[in-house]
Amino acid sequence: MFELLIFFLPASILIIGALIVVFAKNPVHNAMGLVMTLVSLAIIYITLNATFVAMVQMLVYAGAVMTLFLFVIMMIGVDKKEQTSDSIKGQTFLVSGVFLILISLLGYVAVNSEFSWNLWFPAVEYVVEGTPQLIAGTLFTTWIFPFEIISILLIVATAAAIALAYDLKIRNKDA
Amino acid sequence: MLEVTTDWYLTLAAILFSIGFFGMMIRKNALIMFMCIELMLNAVNLTFIAASKHFGQIDGQIAVFFVLVVAAAEVVVGLAIIVSIFRKQSSASVDVLNVSRG
Repeated sequence: MFELLIFFLPASILIIGALIVVFAKNPVHNAMGLVMTLVSLAIIYITLNATFVAMVQMLVYAGAVMTLFLFVIMMIGVDKKEQTSDSIKGQTFLVSGVFLILISLLGYVAVNSEFSWNLWFPAVEYVVEGTPQLIAGTLFTTWIFPFEIISILLIVATAAAIALAYDLKIRNKDA
Repeated sequence: MLEVTTDWYLTLAAILFSIGFFGMMIRKNALIMFMCIELMLNAVNLTFIAASKHFGQIDGQIAVFFVLVVAAAEVVVGLAIIVSIFRKQSSASVDVLNVSRG
């Protein structure tokens, strides 16, 4: 019973948050919906024994990325009316149709026991705990090369953000 | 008694991905489209973690780290682009963006 509750409570909050992200009109509400989704996802990670990943999710996503989003929302202005007319005719209707087909297909696969993962790939008996020790042990041996590459990616992204946000005209006026 | 299996997590991730895709298609505000991309990335992360538990291997969680870093880098560059576009056009709607049209 407790196991079901600990799955369905975060899962329902997650879906509600995702729907807020899609349908809310005020960008700040959208951002808060995204926070809801990310936090409940972190709770689900804990139930899946990935405690360290859950912590990083809270720090990086719900902390850093959301702060960045809110900064930009405040900068751009929240009270701008979004234009809602379709640029391609019948766009919203078409996408809604595709979405409904996708969801009903998903429902069929989820309900049908033939598609159960345990039939295709048997689950292992032991439990792997996502502790920092275990993650670091693999990250710094098997995955060391991707790890180094990702540091270059971060440097490039930082430099690119500075180069993009640097306004030459304003700068020259001051000087 | 119902038992929470890996399938449930995968279904949840698929629903989350579909919602993100749907939002990506119907919204016009570039910021909200970015949030929908985040939703889709998080859905993929959830499948990685669920599979990591299912197979008893830690590599899925390492993959989530890499996705996290790439997502952060993508958000940084993307928001910088949105801000610099906003300076020129004072709008964040993707329909008015045709500055790089050939």
